[in-house]
Amino acid sequence: MTDLTSLTLAQARDALRTKEFSAAELTEAHLGAMAKARALNAFVLETPERALQMAKASDARLAKGDAGPLEGLPLGIKDLFCTAGVRTTACSHILDNFVPPYESTVTANLWRDGAVLLGKLNNDEFAMGSSNETSYFGPVISPWRRHGSNAKLVPGGSSGGAAAAVAANLCLGATGTDTGGSIRQPAAFCGVVGLKPTYGRCSRWGIVAFASSLDQAGPFARTVRDCAILLRSMASPDAKDTTCIDLPVPDYEKAIGASVKGMRIGIPKEYRMPGMAAEIEALWQRGAQWLKEAGAEPIDISLPMTKYALPAYYIVAPAEASSNLARYDGVRYGLRVGGRDVVAMYENTRAAGFGKEVRRRIMIGTYVLSAGYYDAYYLRAQKVRTLIKRDFEECFAKGINAILTPATPSAAFALGEKGGADPIEMYLNDVFTVTVNMAGLPGIAVPAGLDAQGLPLGLQLIGRPFEEETLFALGHIIEQAAGQFRPRPWWN
Amino acid sequence: MSVDAETVRRVAHLARIAIAEEEVENLRGELNAILAFVEQLSEVKVEGVEPMTSVTPMAMKMREDEVTEGGDPDAIIANAPAHAHHFFLVPKVVE
Repeated sequence: MTDLTSLTLAQARDALRTKEFSAAELTEAHLGAMAKARALNAFVLETPERALQMAKASDARLAKGDAGPLEGLPLGIKDLFCTAGVRTTACSHILDNFVPPYESTVTANLWRDGAVLLGKLNNDEFAMGSSNETSYFGPVISPWRRHGSNAKLVPGGSSGGAAAAVAANLCLGATGTDTGGSIRQPAAFCGVVGLKPTYGRCSRWGIVAFASSLDQAGPFARTVRDCAILLRSMASPDAKDTTCIDLPVPDYEKAIGASVKGMRIGIPKEYRMPGMAAEIEALWQRGAQWLKEAGAEPIDISLPMTKYALPAYYIVAPAEASSNLARYDGVRYGLRVGGRDVVAMYENTRAAGFGKEVRRRIMIGTYVLSAGYYDAYYLRAQKVRTLIKRDFEECFAKGINAILTPATPSAAFALGEKGGADPIEMYLNDVFTVTVNMAGLPGIAVPAGLDAQGLPLGLQLIGRPFEEETLFALGHIIEQAAGQFRPRPWWN
Repeated sequence: MSVDAETVRRVAHLARIAIAEEEVENLRGELNAILAFVEQLSEVKVEGVEPMTSVTPMAMKMREDEVTEGGDPDAIIANAPAHAHHFFLVPKVVE
């Protein structure tokens, strides 16, 4: 029998229906791969008993012929999604004993459709980071290594566990969340596909909140088709999230192989950053050429507000985070550290429970929202955000169907290499992805090549609101042209 | 704009995060690095621009004002660090 963990999600789905193997066998194969890959630290909690129980229930439904769209398919879930009865921590000490009594809407949709929970995936604490180094459970080690080197590399972040687990064949797909690039950047670093849907496409209910006007859940998988299959299940209208849109969910898989002939692809000159590696520039041009060969038309465009997206983000996101994270006070759930009075208890709890990066962002957010500074920082940033969105709207109004950019300014870096002295150095990782969150648009990262050191590089496609299908169609063209990239399994 | 040590202490207290005196200088440097980075926004002309309030244009959903769930105090207090008789326990607030 072929190695069940190297199948794509679509292949496994089809094989389960033709009874080539059982859901229990498929889940066991993945649990075995997870046990051998603990050096990667991709999972912060494995749920083997629940997984086998769910797989057996799937086998029963498959036998009866009433299989759901994801029946028997084992997935990993970022530890930001609340899972009923299964510890959910956001990889923070302040929540490290939290067991939610409820299920997030996105994960509930996945279980409704028959998917199997393998465990909870590592991430940067409260999704604040671009390397997965801020997790209370320690960093994730990328399954990728540079040619001739054993140096440990970061998988990107904040959904680093999801990207690493999918790249290392520990699960067929995974959920992530993306506030400034937290799906697309790790997907690019690990050579897998990651999609951030349009703001409002997936419900945020039951996902630990970071910055509510930017957060959006999305899928990771090894192919564009697999991401399309997962998004169809993850997305839904939801009365429990007032920002979740009441639009029917299309069958995204139908977009795979759809013609892109005549589509106008914007190439924004502002994404040509000074000092950007020549191989990233070359990859970008190659991507435009592939789309052209498929009948699309690359067109030079300008998004003049691009350089202001990251600074505006570092006002809006910390401001919302400082408000959202006010709930961790040691009273209703999570860690409590005592003090001489209730205020000291709050202060001691939050000092002990939050890591360095989270404390820093809460403090920045508190400062920019404080009396006398609100207009200068927060209000100005929200006006800049309007202008960033306007840039995109003007391009789309001129007939641009999608925009092609590099996903990241570099390939993956080593553990401890960035952000030690200057937090901004780490923030710059998200320079190409953060604009998309600020404008609420969908974006997909697709692997497009390897750099000279053998590390994956990705391209990003940005779409019009709620036109994820265009991204799947175009992403599939890039995937077909570039091929797929898998790490050598040194951890086995 | 840049922050001084006193502002760092004030912001930490507003955020209800205890900080040790030896952390103040380091935090001051980090916060100032971030504030210097976001300073570029002051060069953007924003006169007459509406601040963004909703990234996706949509009307607020309305529903009947009625109880949709509840009546499960055990689930509510299940994760509480300290509780008694279905109440959360906190240090004494009123003398």
